[in-house]
Amino acid sequence: MATRISRGELAARLAQDIPDGAYVNLGIGAPTLVADHIPEGREINLHTENGMLRMGPAPDAAHVDPDLINAGKQAVTELPGASFFNQAESFGIMRGGHLDVCVLGAFEVSQHGDLANWSTGEPGSIPAVGGAMDLAIGAKRVYVMTDLLTKDGRPKLVAECAYPLTGRRCVSRIYTDHAVFDVTPDGLAVIDAFGDTTVAELEQLIGLTLVDAIGR
Amino acid sequence: MIDKVVEDIDAAIADIGDGATVMIGGFGRAGQPVDLIDALIRHGARDLTIVSNNAGNGDVGLAALLQSGRVRKVICSFPRQNDSWVFDRLYRAGEIELELVPQGNLVERIRAAGAGIPAFYTPTGVGTEIYDGAETREFGGREYVLVEALPADFALIQGYRADRLGNVQYRKTARNFGPPMATAATTTIVQVDEVVPVGALDPEAIPTLGIFVDRIVPVGWRDWTPDGVYAGGLVDVNGEPVESGIDPTVGETKATEGLPSGVGGKR
Repeated sequence: MATRISRGELAARLAQDIPDGAYVNLGIGAPTLVADHIPEGREINLHTENGMLRMGPAPDAAHVDPDLINAGKQAVTELPGASFFNQAESFGIMRGGHLDVCVLGAFEVSQHGDLANWSTGEPGSIPAVGGAMDLAIGAKRVYVMTDLLTKDGRPKLVAECAYPLTGRRCVSRIYTDHAVFDVTPDGLAVIDAFGDTTVAELEQLIGLTLVDAIGR
Repeated sequence: MIDKVVEDIDAAIADIGDGATVMIGGFGRAGQPVDLIDALIRHGARDLTIVSNNAGNGDVGLAALLQSGRVRKVICSFPRQNDSWVFDRLYRAGEIELELVPQGNLVERIRAAGAGIPAFYTPTGVGTEIYDGAETREFGGREYVLVEALPADFALIQGYRADRLGNVQYRKTARNFGPPMATAATTTIVQVDEVVPVGALDPEAIPTLGIFVDRIVPVGWRDWTPDGVYAGGLVDVNGEPVESGIDPTVGETKATEGLPSGVGGKR
């Protein structure tokens, strides 16, 4: 059985790859954990698409300001040097290629880097996309943070996405609880496998041919 | 003398007619012009098309407008939230039409309408089902989809401070859709906490220019910003009064203690 790491450990692993000075957008949910694991000595600038740079952590209960929220509509704080701006400018930051990194969740990622994370297409579900499509195509590096398998054991890394796409060929790297994968012209390349996990085991788990790039 | 201030909020929105397209600012509850929306509900205009990022939270503001049955269609990016039960019910019952637009395309369509651009090519959404069959074109080897500007008859916006000329400042992330929406509507109506004298706003920091604004409606300080100073600890992120909060620096406190009397304005 391949080794798995926790969400917090995965967030810490991903945070290692965010360089000092980067402008970063963390998607709603698990990606927000990355902010808690930025290595000592690195200063990053968090962007939230509802219109703020240099977003700070959540306030304590006595300092919740309803005018100061993040994209998940949770209370946040402002760091020194923070700025507020309107939605057109905020999405210009994404679409214009000014963000260094965004971290998103996923329902599926294809071996070509297609991302599906906004709709399961289930009948009766309320469709909602928000800023997911803008983030997916806008940031210089699009990192996906996800479990490798769904709760019922189906791989989330697939040959072609079955769920509706968020963006085509937009994902740079996929951080999973078993391993880290780069999207390359030759398919998915394993650049890091956790514990005693092997590339052969990963191929068996997801049913795709993988490039072994560990330690390269 | 130019004076865009309208004290009577019902008079300020009285010309919104049946069938109007109305932009409503805000991201979730931050920046949602709840007092103007309440006036619109009292006014009774029907068959409205609403342009807003979300489709209402809880039972107040935009959610209450949807609940009133006067909205035919919503154009938005993210209607599904954990407290959007009003929209969810109407949508599932087939009683409301939805045009879903990725958030960046939504705001750029609004911005374009206000800037005299009838349509533009965007990379957002290319190859997705939202733009199935839409016109695309390649620039520099990358594919873009053509989307059209989105103007409106009215924009309802929540600002923070304004002067009688219509210059508006916002507060923190409540700015969100205010500035682009103010430019895209035939008639722009802004509710604010406070009207200040002409010259009091820093000319270097005016996110919405008076030229875009038709009416300013003062509605009074909100409880968490008495006299424009953030008081803290009085409300939750929804703006609801907090019964008690725990501040780790001082232990358990009753958060409503220390609320200055009489600073809540009309709210």
